[in-house]
Amino acid sequence: MPVYLDNAATSWPKPPAVAEAMLHFLQKIGASPGRSAHRLSIEAGRVVEETREGLAQFFGAPDPSRIVFASNATQAINLALRGLLRPGTEVVTSSMEHNSVMRPLRALEREGVRVRVVTADSRGHLDPVAMEEAIRPATSLIVLNQASNVSGTLLPVAEVGRIARRHGLLLLVDSATTAGAYPIDIERDCIDLLAFTGHKSLYGPTGTGGLVIGDRVDTAALDPLVRGGTGSRSESEDQPTFLPDAYESGTPNTTGIAGLGAAVRWLQSTGVPEIRRRQIAQLQQLETGLRAIPGVTVYGPADARQRMAPLSFNIQGLSPSDAGLRLDEEHGILCRVGLHCAPAAHRTLGTSPDGTVRFAPGAYTTPADLDQAIDAVATLAAE
Amino acid sequence: MKVKQAVILFHTSSHAIRAEKILQHEGIKCRLVPVPRLLSSDCGVCIRLAETDQQAAGEALSAARIEMAGHAVL
Repeated sequence: MPVYLDNAATSWPKPPAVAEAMLHFLQKIGASPGRSAHRLSIEAGRVVEETREGLAQFFGAPDPSRIVFASNATQAINLALRGLLRPGTEVVTSSMEHNSVMRPLRALEREGVRVRVVTADSRGHLDPVAMEEAIRPATSLIVLNQASNVSGTLLPVAEVGRIARRHGLLLLVDSATTAGAYPIDIERDCIDLLAFTGHKSLYGPTGTGGLVIGDRVDTAALDPLVRGGTGSRSESEDQPTFLPDAYESGTPNTTGIAGLGAAVRWLQSTGVPEIRRRQIAQLQQLETGLRAIPGVTVYGPADARQRMAPLSFNIQGLSPSDAGLRLDEEHGILCRVGLHCAPAAHRTLGTSPDGTVRFAPGAYTTPADLDQAIDAVATLAAE
Repeated sequence: MKVKQAVILFHTSSHAIRAEKILQHEGIKCRLVPVPRLLSSDCGVCIRLAETDQQAAGEALSAARIEMAGHAVL
């Protein structure tokens, strides 16, 4: 049996309840929500709203209407950045960001938005004081991922959130690496906009995600990324301004949302603190095992409590791409190698341009799986 | 005698569906029905309930931050 350690790309396997909810939706409900008024359309709407309410509770958002669905975190981040930033304004971000943040920011830069990137240290740690020092009178937004998708390093979101509030700025957080595996409460953590993806640590299907829009965000100043049919105000050719419809044009991914709802219930039944506790134990096992192998360099924080699941390393004398291929073909270890869509993070960690090998255990990874992976790395490193 | 019915309208079916759940939780009998065309072309569904429950329903929905787009007695 192959060992799947690519949970940072997408988690797999999913809880059985996710596939069951999706099958139930396809076979028994099927209809489009919010467009018609027959019983199946209403039932489809109930599935969508139950998921929305579940997510609101999960993220500590007081108003479910301020959770808008998107197809993934990338789309949600694009909505926030494109929707809020105007030429002449400034944005502060870190050198640990994924291209889901950096590419829209670089495009906005060409349109007159100033981007200030604060450099993290070689383990990926970011100093909140340096973030505060980068703030200028024109700054309107701070963007941070909650944890690096390369090194797993947790970034000081709550501290930066408090700084943002002190300066009257908004904080957008990319939770692609954390949501579901790390406790998030948008009020406690001072997060104004939370982009989440459904298919990673939330254990839902691909094609799901969204943006949580905090109370401090004036939605009149947040332009929709996409405009179109919403099922509401059909007589008008102007986009509605009320939530969630303002940002949810087109038929939603109802089957996926049904699965995401089941995933959130599954997470809540175990509890995020327990999931996080198990993850820390996995990371300690993996790190201890990998660090003990001569010729292996592990990147990121030394303490598992300061990191999330993606764990990057390199084997001396072996390129990440060769290591990945051999781990798969010779040892059945499935992982991701290269730059992980985060070139700036690799420059910060000193692993550019070749990148790293990345192991990311998930909820279904066993200690025996991790031992098998560690042994495989030891075999390759010994050659 | 038949109880007089009323409808509460919402901006979006998202709110109507959440409203139904909140009202049922409050013990207010209601159901989702197509919006009477006479009233609005807004979202496909609205809440129908007894006219006598209208005020209690309005209070429960305001407390839950669900904005109502209108109401009418049928």
